[in-house]
Amino acid sequence: MKVRELMDQLELFLVAGASGVDKEVKTAYMGDMLSWVMANAQQNSAWITIQSHINIVAVASLLNLSCIIVAEGASVDEDTVEKANEEGMPIFSSDLNSYRLAVKMAELGIA
Amino acid sequence: MKLRFEVDGDEFVLAGEASSKLKKVLMQLGISSQLIRKIAIAMYEAEINMVIHANGGFIDAEITPDKVFVSLSDTGPGIPDIELAMKEGYSTASDKVRELGFGAGMGLPNMKRYTDDMKVTSEVGKGTTVELTVFIS
Repeated sequence: MKVRELMDQLELFLVAGASGVDKEVKTAYMGDMLSWVMANAQQNSAWITIQSHINIVAVASLLNLSCIIVAEGASVDEDTVEKANEEGMPIFSSDLNSYRLAVKMAELGIA
Repeated sequence: MKLRFEVDGDEFVLAGEASSKLKKVLMQLGISSQLIRKIAIAMYEAEINMVIHANGGFIDAEITPDKVFVSLSDTGPGIPDIELAMKEGYSTASDKVRELGFGAGMGLPNMKRYTDDMKVTSEVGKGTTVELTVFIS
């Protein structure tokens, strides 16, 4: 599935990184401790987190993640938005919590 | 090929920049994505540590046909007990840093896990040097 399809299906709000929405999403990872994400998230994952500071962009880019979904309506810092635009890393915001997002993604067939 | 990066300890915003730059160079050199992933994870952890604990420092990377070697040196507070610091879950990060998702006590263990060789030398009050090697095979 493409990032843009995921965006439509989950009714995500695109905050930044629009140029990356044609990337492929193969799986997902959920976590807020960056070292755990670094160690365990697989490439082409959609990453669900409540972290929204600029370092999430570096983590996602270094791991070739597909996109970042910031859960629970957490606001995304301005410098995070700038960096994500620069890197073409889509960041979405959703009012759903991480669990609800994961359930919906599973329903869409994302393993 | 030799590369040098300066890590600014005050610029939390820029943490990870050096790792991103090296990753791009490795991609241009056609290094496999699996190897790049290993190097990127290990170097990012080390770079973040420099910012969180040591007010920045210098990173020297050397790429040869058989390996990628990254040396990160700071003049921070040093690590009194390296064995303890290597333990998963052990962290001395501040609450402020932890709220940002750092300080899980996984940095040094991740560096070890994702490299073929890792060496930490440290002197309290003087600084720390972390050397990471990933072989290209």
